[in-house]
Amino acid sequence: MMLKIKRVPTLVSNFQKDEADEIAARGAGCGRNCLRNCCLPGSKLPLYGFKNLSYGKSVADETKESPIDFLESLVLGEWEDRQQKGLFRYDVTACETKVIPGEYGFVAQLNEGRHLKKRPTEFRVDKVLQPFDGSKFNFTKVGQEELLFQFEASEEDEVQLYPDAPIDPEKSPSVVAINVSPIEYGHVLLIPKVLECLPQRIDRDSFLLALHMAAEAANPYFRLGYNSLGAFATINHLHFQAYFLAVQFPIEKAPTQKITVTDAGVKISEMLHYPVRGLVFEGGNTLEDLADVVSDSCICLQENNIPYNVLISDSGKRIFLLPQCYAEKQALGEVSAELLDTQVNPAVWEISGHMVLKRKEDYEGATEANAWRLLAEVSLSEARFQEVTALIFEAISLSVEENEDGTDGSPEDLDVTPPQPMEEIDGLNTHSTMVPA
Amino acid sequence: MESQLGLIEKSFNVKYSDGVREALDELPDSFTITDPSISGHPIVYVSRGFLKVFGYSKNEVLGKNGRVFQGPKTNRRSVMAIREAIREERGIQISLLNYRKDGTPFWMLFNMCPVYSEKDGRVVHFLGIQVPILRRRNSLGGGIGRNGGVCYDGGNCRGYVYKCCRREVCSNSMMEMDRALSVDSVSGLDHTEVDVEGPCEASDQEKTKASVAVNNIMSVLANYSELNGRLVIDRRCCQSGTSLLSASLNISFGRIKQSFVLTDAHLPDMPIVYASDAFLKLIGYLRHEVLGRNCRFLSGEDTERGTQFQIKQCIQNEQPCTVHILNYRKDGTSFWNFLHISPIRSASGKVAYFVGIQIEDTTEAREKQGLNPEMRHRSVVAAVKVAVRGWSMGASTS
Repeated sequence: MMLKIKRVPTLVSNFQKDEADEIAARGAGCGRNCLRNCCLPGSKLPLYGFKNLSYGKSVADETKESPIDFLESLVLGEWEDRQQKGLFRYDVTACETKVIPGEYGFVAQLNEGRHLKKRPTEFRVDKVLQPFDGSKFNFTKVGQEELLFQFEASEEDEVQLYPDAPIDPEKSPSVVAINVSPIEYGHVLLIPKVLECLPQRIDRDSFLLALHMAAEAANPYFRLGYNSLGAFATINHLHFQAYFLAVQFPIEKAPTQKITVTDAGVKISEMLHYPVRGLVFEGGNTLEDLADVVSDSCICLQENNIPYNVLISDSGKRIFLLPQCYAEKQALGEVSAELLDTQVNPAVWEISGHMVLKRKEDYEGATEANAWRLLAEVSLSEARFQEVTALIFEAISLSVEENEDGTDGSPEDLDVTPPQPMEEIDGLNTHSTMVPA
Repeated sequence: MESQLGLIEKSFNVKYSDGVREALDELPDSFTITDPSISGHPIVYVSRGFLKVFGYSKNEVLGKNGRVFQGPKTNRRSVMAIREAIREERGIQISLLNYRKDGTPFWMLFNMCPVYSEKDGRVVHFLGIQVPILRRRNSLGGGIGRNGGVCYDGGNCRGYVYKCCRREVCSNSMMEMDRALSVDSVSGLDHTEVDVEGPCEASDQEKTKASVAVNNIMSVLANYSELNGRLVIDRRCCQSGTSLLSASLNISFGRIKQSFVLTDAHLPDMPIVYASDAFLKLIGYLRHEVLGRNCRFLSGEDTERGTQFQIKQCIQNEQPCTVHILNYRKDGTSFWNFLHISPIRSASGKVAYFVGIQIEDTTEAREKQGLNPEMRHRSVVAAVKVAVRGWSMGASTS
């Protein structure tokens, strides 16, 4: 049996809706100024070349007064430019948003404009890896005005910006584009090697590129996220998302327990007291070490057909990996109507604690318990999670028994399954919701 | 433009009377005082105890941000918890792995408290105490603090009556901590080995030591600020209606190196509520001379009325605008200001502020490498939008 769910796809490009009706060619190209052969020749786009630092070096660099945050300024400036040009479907800063009172500080946004008044489309959710289909919407079809810049490793030993760089198909550029339905300010998509038309599937190089972007932006409130197919990715063309939100995400506050440290110094922990079970990766002798362990874990999940989400947090220093099963439950009719009615698709941002709500009543009545209940549906069961963790550890050649502390499975921590999060969680009493206006 | 060191010197001198440094120098504890209103949130005072523990000289520490003492094994979640405490202007007590100058790591109990101005309730400084933790071998550990060394305490220093307005952030964690400590007290001591990976929980003794130090330092600060007539205190006692920005916004804005001001759209005549260092440098005024004033004082005799009218129209319509306007410095000299103004919405979605970004229109500015002037305008607008939205969504829930 093939599992499918129906959902309204999010419009990430202004050219997505025209998919069916091809616009007649005006002059050169197809008239959309897209990235395909019809329009590409002679096109230019700023190119940001990041300094290819090892992780260790960049830590030492923190002792120096950091200069301008160059990538951050570029993303912000270009995004605001597109905003002033009116390329977005709405002004996201006009969407009301708040931190929901509670231990974790879930963030709710009321966004009535994001939702298309469009018929839901069927999505196949039982296959994490699907071949690229050029007939469907993909990022070679976006208009060039929706692109912000090209992003690649600099050939020099320093950051470089070429304002008028040609888009060279031979070099298969990675690009950063706006999402025309932003869920927060600066919502962009990083599309590795856009012209190669890679399907939504993590590989080592692409993940390292995403990690470089997080490290280079050097702002803990600029995070990158990834949704696999079956975990609420809607476009089967390899992309990461990112945006600015200057509050701490609930997932970043969740206590963790170390499971092991790899030979390359990557610490792997398990999240505790969070509605969605997941692994946290941090450290590593170099940025590549960290990227490799995480991407190998992702590859293991996708090859085993387990849908997952990834959050790159803390400027690339902490990565959350969250296998999930919501879409499968939804397709099997195991999700309550009440939760389905909110039409919240629990992708990486929702799982991290940032809830975009489409109905005013949901926004006004948002509570931590509601958020928790929704996310608890997303999580694998404890037993399944342990199975999946074992699978990952086997793939990256680690065994859980390596745990040197012997703390794994200690009763106080693991026995707490919190149906009522506010009372049950210890170690989490600091924060955010009580700041006086 | 004042040098960073000048600002640091002043951060202390205007708030306290002479002799405060000498009085603080008498205290044996390891502590630092930082100023969130200066760009980069630098250390403006460092104690002798700190220099001894960390192995740095005074000049190597003043002006630095506290994060330079962290290193690769410092727990990221703890670092985030401290960052959030600063943004939310509350105290925090947490175990943290720090690094000495020679690169050796050690665990310390970090206890940070905001220091408020009695007059307007603003956070003027943060006080940070570092109590080295004598490492106990972790056998069973406690309920909290084990996972990554985080000892979450909403901000109350144990045994120290810290009458912060935000007491509510804490309470039940105190009970947890008691439980944790009772388990912990059975473990043995080990002074030599530093387990950088493991979590580390401070003992009761160390926590008391931190609280006593906070008390002593606060009383010195209060004393020397009273003599000066600008009392600082350990709690926010008044929430006056002044439009001063919170420390967290000041810190966010401090990262933006360009010339800009923020004006409050809801106060009469839209006064300036934030002015960047680069703005003050550009126009030659001191900060207190511009805060609270409408931006029109920058205009003068030869400023075109039409341009001023255009700005007024845009503000009324809540629209961004870009103009070239002739402005005047404090010394009376004029310059062409390539000015961009944009409305800034708070988390409620309503316009709360306007930001004005000034770029002096010179040949050099146009030929400057990197982002072009229009893009620099926009990147500041964007950074301000992100900062205000993030800050106000937290603030709205109180």
